[in-house]
Amino acid sequence: MTSTAQRLAAIRGDAPPKRHNARTIAALTGNPGCSRRAVLDGAGVDKSALAERVGFPARFGQSRFAITRGNAFEAQVKADGGAELLRLVAQRLGVPVPERASWTDLGGADDLPDRRERSRAALTASGSEAALFDHPLLGLQVAGQRVHLEPDLVAARLGGRFHVVEIKSFPVIDGQADPAKVAAAAVQSAVYVLALRDLFAAEGRDPESVSHDVVLVCPRDFANQPVASLIDVRKQLLVLRRQLDRMARLDDLLTVVPTGFTADPAAEPATLAAALRTVPARYAPDCLAGCELAYFCRNEARGQTGALGRPVREALGGIAEVTEVLALATGERAADPEREEAAALLRAAARLRADALAGHPA
Amino acid sequence: MSTLRALARAQAVAAGVAQPVATVRHLHLATRPLVLVPLAMAGEAHAPLAALVGTAPDDARLLIVPQPRNRDQRFRFVTELAGIVLPWLDGFRGVSEAVAVDRGRDVRYRYVDAPQLWVPNPAGITFLRLLGRSTRFRRPDGDYPVHPAVPLLGRWLTFFAERAEQPGSSALLAMTDALTLHWATGQSAVEDLHLPALLGWIDPPAGWTGVAAAARAEDPGVCPPAGPATDPEFDNAALAPAMAAWAAADDDPAARDEAYAELVRLLRGQLAPTWELMWRGLGLLGALPPGARVAGRWAGDRDAFTGYAEHLDADGGPQPRRDGAVAAAVRLHRLERAATTYAVQRAYDDPLVMAEHRLTGEAFVGDVTLADPARVDDSGKRPVLRPRIQVVTTEPVRVPVGATLWSTARPGQKAKVVFVTPAADGRTEVVLELSGGMGRGLTAPPGSVPQVGERLCLTTLSEAFLPAGTFPTAEETPWTHGGPPVADVSTRSSAGLSSVVG
Repeated sequence: MTSTAQRLAAIRGDAPPKRHNARTIAALTGNPGCSRRAVLDGAGVDKSALAERVGFPARFGQSRFAITRGNAFEAQVKADGGAELLRLVAQRLGVPVPERASWTDLGGADDLPDRRERSRAALTASGSEAALFDHPLLGLQVAGQRVHLEPDLVAARLGGRFHVVEIKSFPVIDGQADPAKVAAAAVQSAVYVLALRDLFAAEGRDPESVSHDVVLVCPRDFANQPVASLIDVRKQLLVLRRQLDRMARLDDLLTVVPTGFTADPAAEPATLAAALRTVPARYAPDCLAGCELAYFCRNEARGQTGALGRPVREALGGIAEVTEVLALATGERAADPEREEAAALLRAAARLRADALAGHPA
Repeated sequence: MSTLRALARAQAVAAGVAQPVATVRHLHLATRPLVLVPLAMAGEAHAPLAALVGTAPDDARLLIVPQPRNRDQRFRFVTELAGIVLPWLDGFRGVSEAVAVDRGRDVRYRYVDAPQLWVPNPAGITFLRLLGRSTRFRRPDGDYPVHPAVPLLGRWLTFFAERAEQPGSSALLAMTDALTLHWATGQSAVEDLHLPALLGWIDPPAGWTGVAAAARAEDPGVCPPAGPATDPEFDNAALAPAMAAWAAADDDPAARDEAYAELVRLLRGQLAPTWELMWRGLGLLGALPPGARVAGRWAGDRDAFTGYAEHLDADGGPQPRRDGAVAAAVRLHRLERAATTYAVQRAYDDPLVMAEHRLTGEAFVGDVTLADPARVDDSGKRPVLRPRIQVVTTEPVRVPVGATLWSTARPGQKAKVVFVTPAADGRTEVVLELSGGMGRGLTAPPGSVPQVGERLCLTTLSEAFLPAGTFPTAEETPWTHGGPPVADVSTRSSAGLSSVVG
């Protein structure tokens, strides 16, 4: 065990580390500047339990109806050894539908090293006949740490090339789907493409044999019939690669984390809250959709213009504190020279607002 | 986000309550609006679960679908909804008024009133759009026949959803949009989408601050979500067992009635708080005086309603799944014109909106210090009346010489900038040459030229008529846009999804 790993284990407490999945990594890169999140996720802390313990429970409940429907659709698409899935994917890629394809389920046993080895062996084995691999276990280097991904996906080998196949249960209506959901699926798939390419590169194979065209399988219109669409994730790959490279190494981050810092959900709430405040967060309203600790950070960020959204903060000249904005706007406080321009704009805005609200002729 | 609106948000944080960002109401409020609060089944492709619908606070009809995965039950729900919506729509088809067209050479008719539909949030509009999409192509005959009211309702819902895309239309409105148009809260735009929290900021209960009321409203146990998505906790703990009980009581009428009553009780409990909020929101909006140009925009909604009702009377078909190239270009052009007009009209109607333009230098306010109302320009072939005025302002003037300005007091009159001269203590003198809005003679009628001492708001925003663009017919679609449409559209509907990936 390295010193970093020991340190992270101490932060986490007794519980085993939470596993990453493509969604947590996609979210991680969504706010790469947040040290608090990087440390907690790096240590594999159970953030849901942590948030609940400090009195700001996350609201990421999933309806059992949605889970049932998602599972049912996935089972339907994967039925018959993936025959229907193979046909959909091949037709969408414009290649002849193979007579048959092998189906390898790499899921199951919880023994990580063994599963990783099975996935590696199966995916990099030579051979070019059509094959589908379900539940492969992949790895990715995040902030200097190796994390494991347990994708709920299928990797399809067709014509010698690998394609990531993502099955989602949101509908595609008249060729269009909810843009937010498609964008989220694209980022997740890009994480898998990246992980697969890393695996190939490590084995000395051509990483480009993993296609940047991801196949998204969704129900079509208002029925349960599946339809496949292609998403080009080159842009997402670039963004992910850059942000993963840029992401401060956990070792460096840990040097500024106070010794004795704990995020063990078993600790006292007051201790936890005090400890969390020693590691800076970068709260934005987007966090509410992706991070379990967002309500805690939002409460801490009250009175900050950033908590109102980045466009608001920018429109207010980038000034961080609401009280300072108002003091500058009323002229109570003189601005330092580099903020004089922003202050003049705020003073003009305050005067115009007051005039119009007082009913002065305009 | 303009600086003025951002400042209002900052002020709301400090005050603990939402701050106004409009002094007049920028949308029409109908006397008999239909309020619709829909709920959808989680995970399904827009399967309706329940709706509370009605035209008065004490007249809420609850419609529920005991098993939304069942197609027949879903269409029964749509038929029931049509039974409420279609008679309500017909109620507006009584009295027409004549409107002169083609410079008075012809006349057409439009209904004196039109229907207005309210949902809690933009997701509610999407829900109605997709409910319209899933029903407008259904047929009362053939393999899976539906009630004839179903496709008709689908066409009307599609009509409303398309109107909702048009800036300035008041045909189908989302309450959160309507409220944030008039008030700024101390929370982010994402959080403003939650109607209970938004109203908590705007109209907190006595003794509560906006921030405390909004925080309380975020607990789904206290304030259920305003739909169409349900609270997952409610789904798992209450709805799923009740649905299971209803399904299990298949052959026992008494038990089935009991299970049905339980579903009604649960779903009403989720919808009723939002119903109250909708009417509270309407009350808040009703307390604002309407803007001067709201009635004109509502006339556009009445025109559209009349036109679509006539289209359906003439056995017009449903709206297509997708617009062709020409239809899409025409639609885009229409929406762009509407957006421009709407922005200008709001600024003319509301000094607080105009203040946003003054802050960016698109408008300034000044006092008339000199006026020559009788000035005649005789340099051309014919002498023309071109009065000049001088305006002195303390605001920065960021318009170049030669630019044309308009005054909010006289929207029909052009004012060309002749000189811009900086004067003492930060003032600016602007000399303007006026044309238009003064009759045809060489003497300006009284009041048509600003007098010395009058305060004017001059702006680059123009209310002048925007001419419609010309577009080819569908048969003349240029090859750059795919050429004329082919008969079989199904071959073209297989485009990838990449176009919607941000």
